[in-house]
Amino acid sequence: MKALARAFALGVALLAAGASAREAPLVAADEKVEQRLMRIAEELRCLVCQNESLAASRADLAMDLKREVRELIKSGKSDDEIREFLVRRYGDFVLYRPPLKESTLALWVGPFALLVAGVAGAAIFLRRRRATAAPTLSPEDERRAEQLLKGGEPK
Amino acid sequence: MRIGLIIAFLALVALLYTGLFLKPREVPSPLVGKPAPAFDLPRLAQEARFSPAEMRGKVWLFNVWASWCVSCREEHPVLIDFAKMKRAPLIGLNYKDPRDDAVRWLARYGDPYDFSVVDADGRIGIDYGVYGVPETYVIDRAGVIRFKQIGPVTPDVLQKKILPLIAELER
Repeated sequence: MKALARAFALGVALLAAGASAREAPLVAADEKVEQRLMRIAEELRCLVCQNESLAASRADLAMDLKREVRELIKSGKSDDEIREFLVRRYGDFVLYRPPLKESTLALWVGPFALLVAGVAGAAIFLRRRRATAAPTLSPEDERRAEQLLKGGEPK
Repeated sequence: MRIGLIIAFLALVALLYTGLFLKPREVPSPLVGKPAPAFDLPRLAQEARFSPAEMRGKVWLFNVWASWCVSCREEHPVLIDFAKMKRAPLIGLNYKDPRDDAVRWLARYGDPYDFSVVDADGRIGIDYGVYGVPETYVIDRAGVIRFKQIGPVTPDVLQKKILPLIAELER
């Protein structure tokens, strides 16, 4: 009986909290929501103007998606859950940091593979050039060169 | 050494050349192969409502359109042709469109749809991953999305992709 009363009191308290939240949204709380919204949206791609982030875009769809994210934040969803919400609808493409998996492997590994290939190519090229471009003088030639430098007549 | 360089160069040219013909605007939808998201929306200019569950057991087309959408005009004759074939139900999602504009548009150009449903604030569009109107979904008997066309349905897409797919799904 006591437990029931306690549950009832808790229910009333929750309802009251819910009602007050609806009545007058605190400016500070809203600002927090906006900040979180912007932080999440910075990492999301706008699908209409694909080189723009969701945060920066003023496209109609971007505004709608921001509205959606704002509501998800207010309903207490975590950042991951919000990203998941968008990925389920639009695919990994919406993420500026897509997860590492089979379809995104080339994206993550590609640049490093190209860098390694470039460095390796350059190393091979330089080594070969050094091997051919630096002829060594015979002791005889060296002696003649020295004499020429001193201003003497070569023999 | 020289041959290696030439091969590397040609490979790079091939890579960049194929890149010219990719369409970055066509984002592959993660929804293909997944159940069509549920909704319950009012029909345009009708009293009744509609939810995709009502279409269980049928293969149908779901086309996102709006009177403000220029490419929808381009696509419209193809949809009219499709409607004349009576091959499968065609249901419209009137996306973020003032009601009067939508009704006038259909009166002016012809109404290919069995009916349209109204997505006034674009919520259901987001559930379907819509990012550029028009978009068209082919949904199978079990309510699973089997194909998504981003941008207008061309006669070519209708003949080579959508009609064969409907035939296959109805088999």
